[in-house]
Amino acid sequence: MSLFDPINGQRFFAPDLPGYDKLLGCVRCGRCLSVCPTYELTRIETFSPRGRLSLLRAVEDGRLELTRGVAEHLYHCLDCRSCDTVCPPGVGIGELIVRGRAAAEARHARPWWLRRLLDVFLASPARVETAAAPLRLLQALRLDRLVVLTLGGLPGIGATIRTLQAFAPRLSRPLRRELPRVVRASGEERHRVAFFLGCLMNVAMPDVSRATLHVLARAGCTVLIPREQACCGAPHDDQGQRATALRLARRNIALFESLPDGIEAIVTDCAGCGAALKEYALWLADDPEWASRARRFSARVRDVTEWLDAIWPEELKLDHEPRLAVYHDPCHLANIQGVRAAPRSLLARVSGLELRPLANGFPVECCGSAGIYNLTHTARSLALLERKMAAIEAAGAEMVVSANPGCLMQIAWGARRANRSLSLRHVVEILDASLPKTAGHDDDHVIGMSTKARKRGDSKNEF
Amino acid sequence: MNAAILSELRAAVQDDIRLSVAPEDLAAYAYDGTWAETAPAVVVHPDSSEQTAAVLRVAHARRIPVVPRGSGTGLAGGSLPVPGAICLNLARMNRIIEISRGDSLAIAQPGVVTQDLQQAVEKLGLFYPPDPASSYQCTLGGNVATNAGGPRCLKYGVTSDYVLGLTVCLPGGAIMRLGGRTIKNVTGYNLSQLIVGSEGTLGVVTEIVLRLIPRPDAERTALATFSRMADACAAVGAMLSAGIVPLLAELMDRATIRAVEEFRSFGLPTDVEALLLIAVDGDPALAQSAIDSAADILRGAGARDVRLSRSSEESDALGEARRSVSPAIARLAPHKLGEDVAVPRSRIPEMVARLQDIARENALDIVVYGHIGDGNLHPTLLCDRRDNAVMRRVERAAGQMLEAAVALGGTLSGEHGIGVFKRDYMRLACDSEALRRMAAVKRVFDPHGIMNPGKKLPEEIEKGAE
Repeated sequence: MSLFDPINGQRFFAPDLPGYDKLLGCVRCGRCLSVCPTYELTRIETFSPRGRLSLLRAVEDGRLELTRGVAEHLYHCLDCRSCDTVCPPGVGIGELIVRGRAAAEARHARPWWLRRLLDVFLASPARVETAAAPLRLLQALRLDRLVVLTLGGLPGIGATIRTLQAFAPRLSRPLRRELPRVVRASGEERHRVAFFLGCLMNVAMPDVSRATLHVLARAGCTVLIPREQACCGAPHDDQGQRATALRLARRNIALFESLPDGIEAIVTDCAGCGAALKEYALWLADDPEWASRARRFSARVRDVTEWLDAIWPEELKLDHEPRLAVYHDPCHLANIQGVRAAPRSLLARVSGLELRPLANGFPVECCGSAGIYNLTHTARSLALLERKMAAIEAAGAEMVVSANPGCLMQIAWGARRANRSLSLRHVVEILDASLPKTAGHDDDHVIGMSTKARKRGDSKNEF
Repeated sequence: MNAAILSELRAAVQDDIRLSVAPEDLAAYAYDGTWAETAPAVVVHPDSSEQTAAVLRVAHARRIPVVPRGSGTGLAGGSLPVPGAICLNLARMNRIIEISRGDSLAIAQPGVVTQDLQQAVEKLGLFYPPDPASSYQCTLGGNVATNAGGPRCLKYGVTSDYVLGLTVCLPGGAIMRLGGRTIKNVTGYNLSQLIVGSEGTLGVVTEIVLRLIPRPDAERTALATFSRMADACAAVGAMLSAGIVPLLAELMDRATIRAVEEFRSFGLPTDVEALLLIAVDGDPALAQSAIDSAADILRGAGARDVRLSRSSEESDALGEARRSVSPAIARLAPHKLGEDVAVPRSRIPEMVARLQDIARENALDIVVYGHIGDGNLHPTLLCDRRDNAVMRRVERAAGQMLEAAVALGGTLSGEHGIGVFKRDYMRLACDSEALRRMAAVKRVFDPHGIMNPGKKLPEEIEKGAE
């Protein structure tokens, strides 16, 4: 056999993988190894982006069976997309790995409880809310610990239940039901945007989205909120449930198309949702009916920090109580959406807030949250969390500001585990708390939010 | 691999977790930075010199080939497994053991990433100059095995110029320490320099003592374009004659400039024959005056356009064009064969012309870039491995390029190594007396031929060594 013998280029996965050419695009330079969190932890090739692509290639070439091991290796990936930010040929590694998961699903399906959670509960906001209600009650009665005592020993799912209980945020009354269809700009309307409410924001961090709407209004935006919106599909895409992800994407695209003309942007305050919404164009690129509609939709999606930084009215000054803070880049915002400067530049407008650099460089060091990675790969997730907590400690921060619910919950978990007092804030919460007080005109009543809730002090750390 | 051997290997690395025969791991350890693929029989991940030596004891007794591997970024197939082999993943041995300011040296395990060492020593005001293009991920062990260079080596030398001492595990399980902590050392034969560049064919390096130098304060860069390749080469010659030894003297041919411009618009002219990126370093004032003189020389040599940086940040920005070469070329075709010939500097214009002829004769696209100061060129053939006819022409062209380099007084490889891709051409560059001595050396270290077989030496020479 000669080194120059040709390869055949078999097509095992088609059409679940977006083409053999993209896999061939990996020239195996190894650039991705230097930024991959799982490679850094293991120093084993199979846990690297290049290794994962090589497994897909080996299956395509017929050199390797599509084993359960292949599927497991695809799921060892955090989907943090650090690799994509440095890949010299621009292979689109993260997308290939996620598509590989979908391709593997037929032979090696995800656990039943996970599929059920995704396909039944997470597929519509109403069902998320219905599912959240009894959990909320459990938490309110502090019975969640009892559940752990009873079910925590179950084989298979027991460990997941234990982690979930330790990690889970305090659930709140769903925000969606109390939101109006329109939030008017306070003062002169300068922009018109639509708001995409993420599922986690809805049931776990409603205060963040309240702050988002409030800040948008104060910055001169009238905000339309289509209530029928579905989950963005990111969790489904992440867990190999591609058909559901695409169905949700089509539904959201059609819904936002139905809004009146003149919407400048579709704004979200969840980096995970934003990344998915921006990727609809990629998800549906091969669908002749939806490709161009998806492109138009994705082109209008903005993370709230990105949007606010672009339109912030100069005269709107921001003033915060003195705090030493760090900004934690969510992978899905910095790596996938390339939004790094906007949140920093917004926070730089806030007097009183001293922003210290966090030793995370670029690409971003993942905090280990990564969708449900902390439930499926708890030990590794915790190793990454501990690294992140050490960086926060080294920066001497008393507050961590970020822009993604998963990261905020994960870092809050890290603080609880270490018994550390640390405030966690979304960028919009900082902005909201720093806005000048208005005389008379306030839209708090419009978005069903008590001033008391919004002005709560720093003690909160209950994500 | 039979169960008895596997259990001996497991005992050697002391823990099941350090050994894998899972089909996924064998597939993921089947390659390096080239396109070639051969799965090993087992992958072991030693954590220490002792475990490594224990693996070599088993391999030696059982006559099993051992292929050491760092990050698998090599470009000659040097860490490519052979059938039935133990793939020795040294990436987990990645501790920097010591950085001594007093002695200006660092001691590191072979799995330390080159850039990690560089950043660690630079924090202390020290400098480790060798900078292979893959420094973000390649390992020091791989650097030692290939005697890696990089753009900065015209001024600062290659890896071997910094190796003061080595710990080497040998077939049979002996652990040998060579050299030490001193710059001068003529005690006995200089075996550490024999190990450097031996591509894992003699033993496995498990600890490295590296010399460090003071970190230069500032860097300045000039970017010049030339209508004629020969003028660019003459300019570098004139610079050296004037006493300016550049930190970088990087050359790009027209096809490379076009690829870079297409990848990211730097506003580079695409109708020129050559682009030169010159950098100088040192004390800020000296660096500034050196780059000003360099710019005068470049203009005098016929440069069409010269851009200069006034700060280290601007210097970084100009350097971006060079850093874009690899991604730009990666996007041109599904596969590429990057060669690594080196010729005497005065022969570069001839060599570049010859390379372009070879590509044309074989109906292949080629881009040429490289380190003009030391004559090390990276002609890169673009191809698609699914096309048999193209691959046959690539094979022929690759051979012709190596022949051309040797005919001009040059050599097969400047810094990538011989690996599997160039071993059949060794006779072009080495006479049979030299090859016989190399075979004898191989026999002294590795009587059963278990260390990285099929690499570095031509097949019949290696067989004779067994």
